[in-house]
Amino acid sequence: MTATTTALDALDRLESEAIHIFREVAGEFDRPVILFSGGKDSTLLLHLAVKAFWPAPVPFPLLHVDTGHNFDEVIEFRDRVVARHGLRLEVAEVQDYIDDGRLAERPDGTRNPLQTVPLLDAITTHRFDAVFGGGRRDEERARAKERIFSLRNSFGQWEPRRQRPELWNLYNGRHRPGEHVRVFPLSNWTELDVWHYIAREGIELPSIYYAHRREVYLRDGMWLAEGPWGGPRDGEVKVEKTVRYRTVGDGSCTGAVESDAADIATVIAEVAASRLTERGATRADDRMSEAAMEDRKREGYF
Amino acid sequence: MSDLLRLATAGSVDDGKSTLVGRLLYDTKSVLADTLDAVHRASADRGLATPDLSLLVDGLRSEREQGITIDVAYRYFATPNRSFVLADTPGHVQYTRNTVTGASTAQLGVLLVDARKGVIEQTRRHAAVLALLGVPRLVLAVNKIDLVGYDEVTFARIAKEFTAHATALGYAEEAVVEIPVSALAGDNVVERSARTPWYSGPTLLEHLETVPVEPDPHDAPFRFPVQYVIRPRTPEHPDYRGYAGQVAAGTVRVGDEVAVLPGGLRTTVTGIDTADGPLEEAAAGRSVTLLLAHDVDVSRGDLIAAAAAPPTVTDEFDATVCWLSEKPLTPGARVLVKHGTRTVQAIVTELRTRFDEQKLASTDAPAALALNEIGQIGVRTAEAIPVDDYTRNRRTGSFLIIDVADGSTLAAGLVGAPLPELDGVDSCTGGGNSAPSTDDHALVSPGP
Repeated sequence: MTATTTALDALDRLESEAIHIFREVAGEFDRPVILFSGGKDSTLLLHLAVKAFWPAPVPFPLLHVDTGHNFDEVIEFRDRVVARHGLRLEVAEVQDYIDDGRLAERPDGTRNPLQTVPLLDAITTHRFDAVFGGGRRDEERARAKERIFSLRNSFGQWEPRRQRPELWNLYNGRHRPGEHVRVFPLSNWTELDVWHYIAREGIELPSIYYAHRREVYLRDGMWLAEGPWGGPRDGEVKVEKTVRYRTVGDGSCTGAVESDAADIATVIAEVAASRLTERGATRADDRMSEAAMEDRKREGYF
Repeated sequence: MSDLLRLATAGSVDDGKSTLVGRLLYDTKSVLADTLDAVHRASADRGLATPDLSLLVDGLRSEREQGITIDVAYRYFATPNRSFVLADTPGHVQYTRNTVTGASTAQLGVLLVDARKGVIEQTRRHAAVLALLGVPRLVLAVNKIDLVGYDEVTFARIAKEFTAHATALGYAEEAVVEIPVSALAGDNVVERSARTPWYSGPTLLEHLETVPVEPDPHDAPFRFPVQYVIRPRTPEHPDYRGYAGQVAAGTVRVGDEVAVLPGGLRTTVTGIDTADGPLEEAAAGRSVTLLLAHDVDVSRGDLIAAAAAPPTVTDEFDATVCWLSEKPLTPGARVLVKHGTRTVQAIVTELRTRFDEQKLASTDAPAALALNEIGQIGVRTAEAIPVDDYTRNRRTGSFLIIDVADGSTLAAGLVGAPLPELDGVDSCTGGGNSAPSTDDHALVSPGP
């Protein structure tokens, strides 16, 4: 098939920019890795990586920082996608850190903030020097300040006041031993761009992104599902509802939204009409303080 | 018409830039309910009667504490007509480097002034930086028009002064638009104001939705920095060797004769590959993989260019730099130059001029360039590199200067671009009488 050449539309430009970023990293770094959780952003990231190096395989391994609080559908999807592309997946388990006492379970039960230490340990152990993440600047105010190539010091910390200017599309990946660079190829995408692109490319996602029946209980205004993270607690009542997930993170702090959107077209319509951000709607960890994301990023979180 | 516009804001501290951006997001309904709730809560916590829209964009803890913007942030909003990527840049003098960051990719610059103060030195400096970086179009938002009683004469005076300054920088008059706004009250940002009946032009958003976007230079000579060599060595593709990159300028077609620089080898393009299938041609902005007729030695850092119109291959060139580091630049400095996909060792042989921000004129042979200063330098590189003049090609005419020791980005470099010839512009009373620059010393050609 010979594709026709037409002017690039907005999605073409975003795709081209992301491919350019992947190739820059492949050209300049020794040991890159892609953070991959099986969620929609990291699935999109992997799809773009495959395109960037076609017909050669993606020249990086994948890393999943596993909180242990997973949705079965997502883990099944993760392993299937990794196998399909013939890639290597490293898994850093938060559970291991809790079991041997290096990390303690938090009183609120959420494990999202606990990912930072296993992530930084994995980066050190494997000597990864570039770490791709699916973060987007439209997600959150602190993320809007993030560079596409974001230098982290030897403690993995983000220093927003000392960021490098990012000029034209000349990315400076220089770093000293012990430092690494976080790379965000989806920086300029919005949630709607992601969904439009998923529709255009026919990208498969974990089934829980689409409406399904599920038993859930209400906690702090969010519909949580039963799982290894506990619940329902006293006074919390399970009810069966038709729901879907807008993000899939740690099950203890990722809520479902009531929705009948069972396919991509209806999901796009729903996202376009939503008056809530995906994080505001379903992520408890961002509600903790006015600067929750910035504080976690300063510690080394994504 | 392109469906995407990249814009950068610039303005002095307290001109209300964050409020303007917040207003744009708010009035285009690009702010969702939970984000807005957070702003209402934070405003109430600070004892404010109305929500402080600047809190929508000042995302860092210290920015919110100090009520200022410290670092460039990128915002996304869309209307049914167009999508926007907005680089929201700080106004503090010490953060001019962020203006440079935002301007390097912008197709339009939005400058803010306070209607009570008019065009000030910082406005001139920001306009000069935007012009230097080749931002094709400017908008001057004359903000806080409510605080001068929606006075037409005040607006007209500021608009005239700014137009004169911008044309002196090389802008055509139709590339510059002034709009009276109140970001706080919402006048002429998204909603047309009844309080400026004398103003018949577009609101800021209407202008952003309809302003022509300069297309990628499709008819410019073809330029393709090689990023990565794709060699699968798989059973399906045992002999595949493709050169991956993004078309930086012009268009490439199968059958085109190209030169591989800096070596100078000539060959023919036999294929243009993408994961979605082969193309017959690829234009600026597209990431592709090129297949070449000869099994030539091509690697990352090389530039594939139109054989008929190659760039200059040289190890000595003049450039304008915006110095972005606290460590000053002195003649003889050993640095790295990142140009396209190639990083080479280099020496800054000479500091020729420094742009004096007070006088808005150039002084000769400075001893050093300090943080945020702009000057013209001579560069000698360890290997020859293929360069275009920045005024002809923003992509192959730009480079970074990088610190050898710690890897930090020291400067934004523009090949060949001369400094602004602003000596005729009076920095106190405006440049109403100065003639536009002639081609000989025009700062840039901002767009066709």
